[in-house]
Amino acid sequence: MREEFFPPFDYGSVFVNPWLSDFESTFQVVLMGFFVCLACGVIGNFVVARRLALVGDAISHSLLPGIAIAFVFTSSRSLPAMLIGAAVAGVLTTVLIELIHRKSRVKPDAAIGIVFTTLFAIGVVIISIWLDNVHLDADCVLYGEIGLVPLRESFILGVASLGPSPIATMGAVALLDIVLVIVFYRVLLVTSFDVGLARSLGMPVNAAHYGLMIALALTIVAAFEAVGVVLVVAMLIFPAVTVGFFFERLPVLLIGVPPLSLAYSFGGFHLAKWLDCSIAGAMVVIAGALFVVAWLLGPKGGLFWQWSLSSSFQGDRKSITEVGS
Amino acid sequence: MKVPRISPVFVLLVFFAFPALVHATRIGDVTDLDWSEQTFRFLSLRDAAVRNAVLGSVFMGISCGLFGGYVVARRLALFGDTLSHAVLPGVALGFLWSRTKDPVAIFVGATVAGLLGTVVVAWIRKTTRVKEDSALGLVLSGFYAVGICILTVIQEMEFGNQSGIDKFLFGQAAALSSADVGLMGAVAMGALMMVTLLNKELLVTSFDEGFAGSVGVPVEFMRYVLLVGLTFAVVSSLQAVGVVLVSALLITPAATAYLLTDRMGTLLLLSALFGIAGGLLGSYGSFLGNNLPTGPFMVLACTSFFVVAFFGGPKHGLISKWLRRRNRVRQVSFENTMKAAYQVLESGDFSKESVTVGALADRRRTSVAEARREADDLVKAGFASMVCSDNAGSLYSQDARLSLTPAGWERACQIVRNHRLWELYLTNEACYAADHVHEDAEKIEHVLGEKVVRHLERILKDPRRDPHGSAIPSLEDIERGAGLSTNPSSATGYFRQN
Repeated sequence: MREEFFPPFDYGSVFVNPWLSDFESTFQVVLMGFFVCLACGVIGNFVVARRLALVGDAISHSLLPGIAIAFVFTSSRSLPAMLIGAAVAGVLTTVLIELIHRKSRVKPDAAIGIVFTTLFAIGVVIISIWLDNVHLDADCVLYGEIGLVPLRESFILGVASLGPSPIATMGAVALLDIVLVIVFYRVLLVTSFDVGLARSLGMPVNAAHYGLMIALALTIVAAFEAVGVVLVVAMLIFPAVTVGFFFERLPVLLIGVPPLSLAYSFGGFHLAKWLDCSIAGAMVVIAGALFVVAWLLGPKGGLFWQWSLSSSFQGDRKSITEVGS
Repeated sequence: MKVPRISPVFVLLVFFAFPALVHATRIGDVTDLDWSEQTFRFLSLRDAAVRNAVLGSVFMGISCGLFGGYVVARRLALFGDTLSHAVLPGVALGFLWSRTKDPVAIFVGATVAGLLGTVVVAWIRKTTRVKEDSALGLVLSGFYAVGICILTVIQEMEFGNQSGIDKFLFGQAAALSSADVGLMGAVAMGALMMVTLLNKELLVTSFDEGFAGSVGVPVEFMRYVLLVGLTFAVVSSLQAVGVVLVSALLITPAATAYLLTDRMGTLLLLSALFGIAGGLLGSYGSFLGNNLPTGPFMVLACTSFFVVAFFGGPKHGLISKWLRRRNRVRQVSFENTMKAAYQVLESGDFSKESVTVGALADRRRTSVAEARREADDLVKAGFASMVCSDNAGSLYSQDARLSLTPAGWERACQIVRNHRLWELYLTNEACYAADHVHEDAEKIEHVLGEKVVRHLERILKDPRRDPHGSAIPSLEDIERGAGLSTNPSSATGYFRQN
């Protein structure tokens, strides 16, 4: 039992020992965090560009009943079952939101709010009645259990063991996301920023939208048990917005995702090691801190640059008025 | 008649006496009670925890319902979601500071965190190019992550284990203390006072900020009042519904009320009622399920009200809308048939009293069977009657004759008059070509009311003929009704006098 909130900071136990004594589990947790951030960050750039950030939040919440029902039926964490459940829940979310806002006078924002809270509530009820303390903890839904990933069974491919199965899955999903973005880069780029142009070029606008949504759902499902439904939203939004303070072009924004992911997972792991708190939460705290730094210092719209620009502009104006008088 | 009068009293007596038997067991320890016994315990309010849960649900319903009305009207639903997640670090810090579940410390901490979250959203929006949804998402997840970190630390600490801080995530109404309920009551009273005192100002700013500013309402101030009140409502409801789902209590009851009424006052009242009912049903459901988290149950109860209103609402419900549309389609079809009958009569200079189904089919450009079905519908609705001719078999052939009843005749005259008046209006006043006006008139003839017709007649100086030269049925024609066959030549009025 601990007494104080901030334990004394000991460089050795926070930064060195995890890598010396517990190398394997440390490496696996950091790698998992990196894969989660990477997959989410790549998809997140397009989510942010399309102003779907809160839709991403809604979808991540409403996938829960699908995952929970898949759990009830298969009583295991089999990824295909969870994916099917999540896909059904995801489609249901979109259909219900459309239905409510088309067929009644409820505004789209309220429709989103009603649908995702309801589906999430159904998921929580299913978990707390049938699954609590057996396979899936209700609290785990909210902030994930990335620290338990090294304890999971290994994923065996042929004769080689690829490490704990969540890491293998997440890595595969991250790779898939990257490959998809590279292959469909032009379509995604144009449909994200100029739907009119995309239509006039004959690009499949709706297919691109739904493809992105499916990739988003896939990524969220894979990341779900590591970081939970709320923090996954942070992983989607923070990288894109943070790099956006330094660069404006989409390829550069995408290239900025891996280093940031590394920083999030590495920094988050050690922060959590020091404070002994939720690793996923600490990763997002690091992401938030980096965002604040970028907000203050970033050359593209950072507060410091705005201030220096406006003060030099005021200085100019002053000198002009002095000359005028 | 004596038995039914006594039995409710008896039932009530049993009702209140029964819980004494199970009173000794503490809430949460009970696992083997069936649902009826649990229901008795809940409804009898014998347990202090149940009383607190019920009172808390009522207060929560009032404050969330009232502020939710403004949230939905101002399209702040997703902002409410962000606010409810952003209070988590404040809850955790308040808890850390007081080292117990002190309602005041938690309330202060959560309020500060919530307001800080709103300030950060506004600040990001003001100083960067980040879009609104991303700004909300940043604050939502960033603040929430800080809260989760502090919370997981607290759970490791000595006082954190049995404190019930995890109740703040999904809510547990049965864990409310009387101090919590007192705080919730204060917020609910404050919400009620605010809504009654600032009713006009809040109403105007919610729907038209520009206008509100021009009539001297302090718009910025009202926005802050609403924001602070909203934060209070969210924070005070946290323990009952939990951080994650409190936004549903803001959105769903108000959206349900929005489906049922067009007036803000009624909306607020209904929204508070739905909030209370949802809260009560939710805490009852969680009580039945042996103290499962209350939040999800409250949300599901509120959503079930929404679903009922969505389908069964009297004015905006899906079913009533569908019925209204079906009625209108039926009415239009009736009117088209009657119009056709009028036109057939007119083509024969009103020399006959009835039309054959065959002629009707020709005029409507449909098959005889279809015309026959339409004619039967008219007869059923009392607008016409079938005339038996000499040959009995011809009742089902195209020679069967249909004659309009006085009501049918009146409606037919009205429709034809509307049609022709409108054609004339379009050609004379709106300068349409005479061959372009028919389509438009086909649609509007069914919806023109008497008031508009009088107005049109005044504008057009009581016309007698439409642009195609057909006579416009006058009021006299309509009133003459059945009597026209005696004097067919005068049935169509007189010529225009210009």
